Amino acid sequence: MNLLNVVNGRWVVVKTFRGGRGMQRRLAQLGFLPGNRVRIIRSAPFHGPLLLEVEGREIVLGRGVAAHIIVEYL
Amino acid sequence: MRFVLVGQPNCGKSTLFNQVAGYKAETGNFSGTTVKFKETKVRVLGDIVELVDLPGTYSLLGTNPAERVVLDYLIDQRVDVVINLIDATHLSQGLLLTLELMELGRPIVLAINMMDEAVRQGITVDGEKLQELLGIPVMPMIASRGQGVRDTFRQAWNAAVGKEKPIPQPYSGEVEKAVQDIKDNLKKKVFPVSRRAIAIKLLEGDPDITDRVKKSDKTVGKKITSYLDSLCHSSTQQAVWMIAGERQKMAHALKDKASHQGESQLSLRDHLDDILLHPFFGYLFLVLIMALFFWAVYGIGNWLEEPLLSFFDGLTARLLSMLGSSGLLARLLAGTIQGIAGGIAIVLPYLVPFLIGLGLLEDIGYLTRIAFLTDALMHRMGLHGKAIVPFILGYGCSVPAIMSTRIMEDKRDRFLSAALVTMIPCAARLSVIFGLVSFYLGPWAALGVYFYNLVVIAAVAKVLTRFMPEDSPGLILEMPVYRMPTLRTVTAKAWFRIREFVVEAWPLLIAGSVLLALLNYFSVTQYLDLLFRPITWVLGLPSQVGTPLIFGIFRKELSMVMLAQALGTTDYATVLTAQQMLVFTVFVVFYIPCISTIVTIRNELGAKQMWFITGLSLLVAIIAALITRILFVVV
Repeated sequence: MNLLNVVNGRWVVVKTFRGGRGMQRRLAQLGFLPGNRVRIIRSAPFHGPLLLEVEGREIVLGRGVAAHIIVEYL
Repeated sequence: MRFVLVGQPNCGKSTLFNQVAGYKAETGNFSGTTVKFKETKVRVLGDIVELVDLPGTYSLLGTNPAERVVLDYLIDQRVDVVINLIDATHLSQGLLLTLELMELGRPIVLAINMMDEAVRQGITVDGEKLQELLGIPVMPMIASRGQGVRDTFRQAWNAAVGKEKPIPQPYSGEVEKAVQDIKDNLKKKVFPVSRRAIAIKLLEGDPDITDRVKKSDKTVGKKITSYLDSLCHSSTQQAVWMIAGERQKMAHALKDKASHQGESQLSLRDHLDDILLHPFFGYLFLVLIMALFFWAVYGIGNWLEEPLLSFFDGLTARLLSMLGSSGLLARLLAGTIQGIAGGIAIVLPYLVPFLIGLGLLEDIGYLTRIAFLTDALMHRMGLHGKAIVPFILGYGCSVPAIMSTRIMEDKRDRFLSAALVTMIPCAARLSVIFGLVSFYLGPWAALGVYFYNLVVIAAVAKVLTRFMPEDSPGLILEMPVYRMPTLRTVTAKAWFRIREFVVEAWPLLIAGSVLLALLNYFSVTQYLDLLFRPITWVLGLPSQVGTPLIFGIFRKELSMVMLAQALGTTDYATVLTAQQMLVFTVFVVFYIPCISTIVTIRNELGAKQMWFITGLSLLVAIIAALITRILFVVV
C-alpha cells in the first residue's frame, strides 16, 4: 500500500518508491529511506497535502508525491 | 582566505550569515529561499576573510538547481575551510551532511546551532564527545544571539591555516570495498577534492561527475558500471540507497553517543499547529492573520503617503514658481521630482511595511503553514501551495510578488505564478478601483471588480495549464518549527529586497517620468491616443483615455490621475458613463504590468518570459473588458 492508505497517527515503515529517480533522491534526503518509520501527523482538508513525521522532522508532501511511497504497518 | 558556510535548510545558516555580514543577505524559514549564494568580507584574527554563504542543502546529491550549485562549488572552487552548521534539535539529520562534507577532504569545522532550542526540548549535546568521535573541531552556537560565532570563526581560521584534513568515516563491507577500488583507479589531481569523494559520487550515479570522469579516463567508466552491477546483485537496493543507508546508520550511532534526550519542556508553541492547521480554525486564523497584515500595511502606507505626496507637490510648485516659467527645463525638473516622489511617496510607504511583515511571517514559520492550508485550492489552478505566497504579495505590489516566485523550484511553476500574479490588482490598481468604481458606482461594484478579477485569473490559469501541463509531482517541503524572529534578520532581509527595488526599478520610474514630461511638453499626446485607439474603440471608450493608459504603464495609478488632464475635468461622471468606468477599470486592472514589474520579470525569469507575460496581460485585458462591456448591455 502507499502512504495515502495509512490511517493518521499510525506508524508505518518505508518499503520502496515508485516514480522517477530525481524524486526518489529528493525524498531520500528528507529521510524517506527504506526501513525508516513514518507517521501522518495531520492531513489538510479538501484533499490537501499530508504533514508527516519522519526521522524527527516534519515534512509536507502533496498527495501526488505521497502516493509514490510504498509502506507497510509496523 | 575563503570560508564557506554549508548547512541544511532551516538550520539557521542565513541568521549566522546576517550576524557577521550585516545588511547583505536575506534569510527565511521557507525551505530554500537563498537560491543565489552570497558573500561578504569578515575580519578573523586580524585577517580579512571572504565568507561565502551557499544555499541550504539536505545532502550533496544535487537534486535541485540550488543543491547542484553547492556540490559544484565545493568540488571545483577554492575553499580553505568549510563551516558546517547543523541544528542541535535535528542532530542525526544534520550529521548526514557533515559525514558527506568530511568525505571531500577539505578542512572543516562543525558548528552545532540552536543549542538553546535543544535545551528547551530536553536534548543535551556533548560537543567534546562529538569532536572526539568525528576528529574535527565541534563548536556549540546560538547564532540568533551571536553566541559562539567568534570562537567558530577562529577555529575555522586555525583549521584553514593548518590545512587540517578530516578523516572520513569508513563504510561497511561491500560498499567500502567498492569505494576503495574505484578510488584507486582514479587519476590523481583531476579534481581538487579527495578521490574518495569522487569515487562515492560515481557510485551514487551523479550524472555530471560521471561524465567528467569518463571523458578523462575511459577505463574507469567500465569499472564503475561493473561495480554498480555487482552491488545491485548483492542487494535489492541501488548503490545510492546503500550509501545513504550507511550514512544514516553512522549518523544515528553518533547521535546516540554524543547526545541525550531528557525531559522536554513543551510549551504553547508546540501545540500551536493544533489550532493554526486545524481543518476549520486554521482557515479562520489564516483569514484573520492576512486581514490584520493588510490592514497594517495599508494603514501605515496611507498614513505616510499623503503627507509625503503633499510635500513633493509643494516642492514642485515652489520650484516651478521659482523658475517662473513652464519652459522645457521646468517641465523636466518637475518630471524628475515626480519620478522620485513616486518611489518615496507611493511605492516605499507600502513596500517597506509589507516586506517587514512578510519577513516576520516567513521567519516565524507561518508562510509554510499557509502553503499547507492552501495547497488543495491552488491545485485547482494547476499550481501548488507554495504559489500562494506570491498571490498574497500581489495584492500589495507585484514587484515583491514576482521576486517571491523564487521559492518554487520548478521553472514552469515560477512562470505560471508570475504570469497570474501580475493580474492581481496591486495597491496602485486598488486606488483606481476605489477612486473610480467605488467612488462613483459604490463599494459593491468595487467588490464585484475584485471578484471578477479572481474569476478571470482562474480562467486564465485553466487555459495556461492546458498548454503547460503540471509536471512537478506536487508539494515537498519541510515544516519548520515556530521560531521567534530576530530584529536583525528581519530588517536585513527587508533591506535586501528594498535595495533591489531602489537600484533596479526606481531609476526606470524616474526616467519614465521625465520622458512623460517631455511628451507632454511637445504635446504629442494626441498621437499617443492613436496608439491605443484600436483598443479604446473596441471597448467603447473615448479616445482621450489612450494617453492615461500609456502613462499607466509607468505607474498604474497614473492611469486614473492623468484621466483628469486628458478629459479636462475631475468629475468623471460628467464625461464617462457607468459602463465606460467599469470597462476602463477592468482594462486597467489586467493590461500590461507597470515598468517596475516588467523589469522585475525580466530579472527573475528572462526577457522571453517578460514579453510573453506582457502580451498575455494585454490580450486578457481586452477580452475581460470586452466581456464587461457586453455583460453591462445584457444585464
